[in-house]
Amino acid sequence: MLIDTNKCVACANCVPVCPMGAIYVDTTINRARINQDECVECGTCFRGMSQEHLNPTMVRTVRKLARLFRFRFEPEPDVCPTAAFVMNDLEMPRLVRQVFSDPVVEHKSTGIKGRGTEEVKTNDVNPRVDVGEVGYTIEFGRPGVGVRFRDIQEMTMSLADIGVQFEEKNPISHLMTDKSSGTLRDDILNEKILSGIVEIKTRLDQVERVLTTVEDVNRQIDTVTAVGISTRCDSEGEETHLAELLEELGYGAERAKTNMGLGRLTNMEAA
Amino acid sequence: MTNTLHRYGKSSSFRDDFIVFCIPSAGKNDQGAVERQKAFLRICAKYEPVNMGNGNRGSFKPERHLDPRSHWTRDLSPDWEGVIAGVSKPGTVAAVFDSKEKAEACLRDVIEADLGLSVNVSTSVTGAKEVAECCGIPRHSVEYSLGFTDPHDHLPNSQVLALSTMCGHGMVSFNMARKMLDMVREGRRTTEQAVATLARFCPCGVYNPARARRLLEEARKQTA
Repeated sequence: MLIDTNKCVACANCVPVCPMGAIYVDTTINRARINQDECVECGTCFRGMSQEHLNPTMVRTVRKLARLFRFRFEPEPDVCPTAAFVMNDLEMPRLVRQVFSDPVVEHKSTGIKGRGTEEVKTNDVNPRVDVGEVGYTIEFGRPGVGVRFRDIQEMTMSLADIGVQFEEKNPISHLMTDKSSGTLRDDILNEKILSGIVEIKTRLDQVERVLTTVEDVNRQIDTVTAVGISTRCDSEGEETHLAELLEELGYGAERAKTNMGLGRLTNMEAA
Repeated sequence: MTNTLHRYGKSSSFRDDFIVFCIPSAGKNDQGAVERQKAFLRICAKYEPVNMGNGNRGSFKPERHLDPRSHWTRDLSPDWEGVIAGVSKPGTVAAVFDSKEKAEACLRDVIEADLGLSVNVSTSVTGAKEVAECCGIPRHSVEYSLGFTDPHDHLPNSQVLALSTMCGHGMVSFNMARKMLDMVREGRRTTEQAVATLARFCPCGVYNPARARRLLEEARKQTA
């Protein structure tokens, strides 16, 4: 992401908009700038803000006058008055930032936007997790912190050490050079993304070990994690095994995503 | 692509937060999914959702050519038709409801329509179970959120976190949520204006304006 300095009027509306806090006003040039190392190419500034197309010189003059008289300038908080953001073309390895951070960009490895995972949202037509099995979505970086791939690799390598099975149709699995060791491509390790999800599957009796590993590794890497843990309900729609185990282990689950089982195979070849 | 799982709050805080979404699976039921996704959204629109989205845009959206004269009269109403018309390829479409009753009524109609797409409900664990029971269907699978783990103290206070995490892709920044809280407290923006501002940043349309309104009002009154 770039800011056109010919257009920017340093109104600073975009500063709080950035989920990574990567935008600041450079007072030496009186323009907003983006810390490119911290920017994750999520597109929030470009896409999320409404754009006006005002004349920059006129806006700067008005702002100078307002400042001179100590008027409080109170613009709409989500507007870039001069449409100064420019979404530039990206190449690898920087491209992974956008692919993992911009929710309207589709992952080519899975054909899904966002974090690129189906999880158990389609478990009724695309079975991933069966009764007695447990699926995990281990998400890094969100909310509002971000993560570098080298930190994700710390986790994938530790998980590989305890013998978990990585989900094939997952964008991070797609970037692994060796799934048995959990290593990721060298060229992306320093790239920062808004969030990424590692998906694994184990038996019920491995839950404690996996969650302990996640907590241990999280202490060593400078980001936040959010774990989703899933299983299939029985024929009556009941699920007690995993819920009881989580309670026993001290994890209170307040919220859940529940697949209502309404999907069916409708594609000719699938049916 | 909704990622509605990890919203910050206790179970009771999701009493006005019910997201119903449908998703096709590539190679399984994605042929002809676009029309069925539109049918799903049309059903949802009948039950007074507070937001809807098609994966590219929500019913509150930023404008590419905003007229500066409209600063004082910005449209704060949701645009359902734009969301439905904007479904162009198989993907997740979603509707957000502010009550269990509306979500149940909508789901009953969705079951009746037999669209063949996977349908999920994202809310409290008990809320989703009650919705399924009320509609007479067994739950197929459940994914529990274990919340956020933050050993390095990166995360802000609970009010900011609750407002920010309603965009599951993190497009509503902590600083923007904080700014809206401040502007409402200081009387510089109405709650409605602040809510619309936050919702416009969520391109999936799963941000819950009703819950955001309640959270902002609660925060405002706390400082009174």
